[in-house]
Amino acid sequence: MSSSLRIVNGKVHDPANGIDGEIRDIYISDGRIVDASPEDAVSIDASGMVIMPGGVDIHCHIAGPKVNLARKLQPEDHRRDPHPGTPYTRSGSGGTVPSTFATGYRYSTLGYTTAMEAAVTPIGARHTLEELHDTPVIDKGFYVLLGNNIFLQNLLKEGRRDEFKQAVAWWVNSTKAFTTKLVNPGGDEPWKGKKNANVEDIDEKSTETGLSPRDIIQAFVETVNELGLPHPPHIHCNNLGHSGNYKTTLETMKTAGDLRAHIAHIQFHSYGGERGKNPTSAAREIIEYVNSHPNISCDVGQVMFGKSTIMTADAPLAYLLRGFKKGKWVNADTECESGCGIVPFSYQEHVFMHTLQWAIGLELFLMSEDPWRVLLSTDHPNGGSFMSYPKLIRLLMDREFRIEEMKKVNQKALDKTSLRDLKREYTLNEIAIITRAGPARVLSLRNKGHLGAGADADITIYDEQEDKEAMFNAPRYVIKSGKSIIHNHEFVGDHIGKLLHSTPAFDTDIEQIVQPFFEDYYSIEFANYAVSDQYLHDHEVIAGIKTL
Amino acid sequence: MSETAKENIKIVKHATCTFCGCVCDDMELTVDMDAHKITKAKNACVLGRAWFAEHVIEDRPAAMVDGKEVSIEEAVEEAAQTLVKARFPITYGLSDTTCEAQRQAVAITDIIHGTVDTTTSVCHGPSGLAFQGVGESTMTLGEVKNRADFIIYWGGNPAEAHPRHFTRYSVTPKGMFTPNGKKDRTVVLVDVRKTSTAPVADIVIRVKPGKDFELLWALRALVKGKKVADNIEAITGVSMDTLTDLVERMKNCRYGVFFFGMGLTMTRGRHFNSGALLALATDLNEFTHFVAKPVRGHGNVTGADNVVSWQTGYPFGVNFNLGYPRFNPGEFTTVDTLSRGDADAALIIASDPASNFPKAAIEHLHKIPVITLDTKETHTSKLAHVAFTTATYGINTGGTVYRMDDVPITLRPAFDSPFPTDEEILTAIRKRAHELMLAKSGLGAAGGGGTQKVAAPRKE
Amino acid sequence: MTEIMILVPGRSSKQGTSLNKGKLKDEYLDVTSRVEMNMDDMQRLGLENGDKIRLSNDTGETVVTCSGKKATDLPSGMLFMAYGPPSSQLMDSDTAGSGMPLSKHFSVAIEKVT
Repeated sequence: MSSSLRIVNGKVHDPANGIDGEIRDIYISDGRIVDASPEDAVSIDASGMVIMPGGVDIHCHIAGPKVNLARKLQPEDHRRDPHPGTPYTRSGSGGTVPSTFATGYRYSTLGYTTAMEAAVTPIGARHTLEELHDTPVIDKGFYVLLGNNIFLQNLLKEGRRDEFKQAVAWWVNSTKAFTTKLVNPGGDEPWKGKKNANVEDIDEKSTETGLSPRDIIQAFVETVNELGLPHPPHIHCNNLGHSGNYKTTLETMKTAGDLRAHIAHIQFHSYGGERGKNPTSAAREIIEYVNSHPNISCDVGQVMFGKSTIMTADAPLAYLLRGFKKGKWVNADTECESGCGIVPFSYQEHVFMHTLQWAIGLELFLMSEDPWRVLLSTDHPNGGSFMSYPKLIRLLMDREFRIEEMKKVNQKALDKTSLRDLKREYTLNEIAIITRAGPARVLSLRNKGHLGAGADADITIYDEQEDKEAMFNAPRYVIKSGKSIIHNHEFVGDHIGKLLHSTPAFDTDIEQIVQPFFEDYYSIEFANYAVSDQYLHDHEVIAGIKTL
Repeated sequence: MSETAKENIKIVKHATCTFCGCVCDDMELTVDMDAHKITKAKNACVLGRAWFAEHVIEDRPAAMVDGKEVSIEEAVEEAAQTLVKARFPITYGLSDTTCEAQRQAVAITDIIHGTVDTTTSVCHGPSGLAFQGVGESTMTLGEVKNRADFIIYWGGNPAEAHPRHFTRYSVTPKGMFTPNGKKDRTVVLVDVRKTSTAPVADIVIRVKPGKDFELLWALRALVKGKKVADNIEAITGVSMDTLTDLVERMKNCRYGVFFFGMGLTMTRGRHFNSGALLALATDLNEFTHFVAKPVRGHGNVTGADNVVSWQTGYPFGVNFNLGYPRFNPGEFTTVDTLSRGDADAALIIASDPASNFPKAAIEHLHKIPVITLDTKETHTSKLAHVAFTTATYGINTGGTVYRMDDVPITLRPAFDSPFPTDEEILTAIRKRAHELMLAKSGLGAAGGGGTQKVAAPRKE
Repeated sequence: MTEIMILVPGRSSKQGTSLNKGKLKDEYLDVTSRVEMNMDDMQRLGLENGDKIRLSNDTGETVVTCSGKKATDLPSGMLFMAYGPPSSQLMDSDTAGSGMPLSKHFSVAIEKVT
């Protein structure tokens, strides 16, 4: 098949370009979408089908040290869900933490062509890049964990803000990351150094650094905006999962002022009630703030019933969850950089808390006034596998289905929410926004999430069906960078995919300041720390945002 | 000595020693480029010095079939044909090569529907099984240096197997919260004999051979405040006073660490021993921060675990007969596939099972076509049908290795080798095996990445 | 006269350094065919440093050279040797479904080779 394609007669959903279900032809040449039909183009007849840009997952956990520990931990999860190879594709294992090959192929079988790994330790960047290289089809990048970085906190403590900025930029460059990630800022030191304690209040000052979580959040928001990274700090707030945590979440968003900030898996941070007691829904308080603050974006982190795997840099949280069933648990401390916890988990309809979490996620989606900033995620695999996205889409698009599903859950928990009263149904265009156009915009991926000329030819073609779960479960065609990957539901090719990263400018003098700390407190050589270009495979530098 | 100045000398700083799982990356190598030899390895331990000094360019053919020198291309063809023809081919070894080569080896096994296993299965394989059962509270080695005030070595002898472990990571270094180094730490050794590690320890506990599980389980009980049988000393060789003292110290430390060796995994109890230790470390987190880490042997055995896991979902002992990965230790692990006589061809990379496997396994290796990749002649390469001589990782090749704590490090080669790398040979075998498998299934010699139509559209 | 003892093979630095030279070289073969024994046991059995002894069990047998260790370092009834081809001769291939043959805890019969 030639490198030129013409997709004809399909119904196009391209919200970024204001196209909402028009029959239009799409032309592809040399991996990009073009205006005019190339001469030698091969046609795909998309009559009765819906055409969308390839999906973009803004927050998932698919590669790197913690993901691989979670893979190794759960043979029982893989065993029930093998992923056979084909003559063109590698085999693998599924479950909530699939092998790298299965991850890439399965994303593509849902019509997703880009995914961002949301939490990587700097020292684990090389490992993550190796895994991403083995994650086929999709383009991918990762967010580097800097919110509990001891060196950076020391700079903040000493008020050295310009060096802090240089060091953040140096770290993003040295790890080939896309942006910065904060997880439970300030929580690592009490966990590792104070017999498994945690920080509870956003204004609680650390005895070591004198910094509160708010000080750290503010410094990162300001710095990353100054650096103009393509995506603002990606923030996992303090107090994840605790009753009453919505106040911390509101305070975190307020700390950003009018600067860009992204709140990760906001559902897990939208609980009312009193700490230690049963939670209530604070979805309304949270979504009202998001609705009225265009500088804030978030992904929902929807909970889906069934098997999940908790994997997080928020080690105290994982230990807390481990306490419920006393099952197997991984804790992994990374020197000077991060903590990590892993717990196999499952969400069950009859459990009060789990139903409440499920309903709060749906409330947030259904009360969102700006789909461009309230994006679809399950915090895969924390809230559930990315393989449950089609079902989640149906829950949003199909109120009848939602009512049927509501009958199966814990009714007392449902009573605490407004879900029964929410009549909204998402349109196909809104789905295209929360799964493609929106995340691409929030990530500044200018060539993704739309079908205008010059865009990457990452395209998904679905048979239009009444059952939206079935529809989004199995696109008939998936085209990645202009190449047919799935053709009539069959894999017909393989593709490696690109690494997406950013390269903010920095003053190289910062290395002389980092190095002495490194020699004292790290266990590898400073010269061997920064990741070299040999790990990039195919890659693209995503330009930042010009700021004042 | 006056000639020294004329010699073609190169200094390689921040080089990495891949002899053991410590993977020290602070080597400063002096390389005689004319003699193709490392003449000095500053910072290396006794094992590292031997590793760097002895890896010279061997006087051997790059490729042999049945003991006769052939071209590399011919040997690759013979290797691919042998593997594709086999009904139960096994891939084994992999702990002394780069992750880049390991990725190719797993790919070959996937393509030929074989079985891949690494030296992990006869090293900390049982700890891998225990990990699957109970999890693990663990850390990178820098955390030990910065924080640990209480360290227990159990069933391992780093003084001889990992000589720089104490000075670089665990006992003597001064860290962030351990400014006085060893003075800020208490070190305990548990072993069946008084090894050369004993002088480093403040407390030496001698357990009766094969009674590690009983001792660990008694400690778990005491940590949880439960009663332990009065005859515990008769069973384990360790007195109740010693046990209660140890438990108090473990519960009251600030950051406790277990390092455990093959004294647990290779003896009676195997994965139950490792599991008991990991569970004990987990239990202790109710009182303080406690972590555990298996002390790994080979330079990139940890990389092998990682690569096999991310590509298949399982750490070792993985079979692709059905076209997807299945994991079953005891069925798909190499000692078993060889001793039972299942394997009908073997691809052995950087390992010498013919020297250190049980007798029955070695006997079977003599009966089947074996393909070896190694830097030197070994017992296994001597019996091989196809034998490749390859460049030494970290000395002649770049690439990635993982330290015992999963920290990845990039290698800095010292001098070129005339021999190809493991990665190059394995990539060539993979490509050829893929072509042969496609031909076998009637799809012709198409490579991956094509967009050719292979199936009729499916009607729904 | 024969006696049953427990053999614990393991790593030693000499085994480590010599294997870099090559596993088929004399030094490695020598290092891996030496066994350490409690001195009191040696005296009781009439053995001296450098004597050859045969170790055997149901799996196989091997002849190695013995040397004495203080009773405080190596308990009575225990033998230590570096891993290698000779210790493999005594290793049973049963892994009990784990993949790991028992490699450190063999009951072996000891017999002086004259």
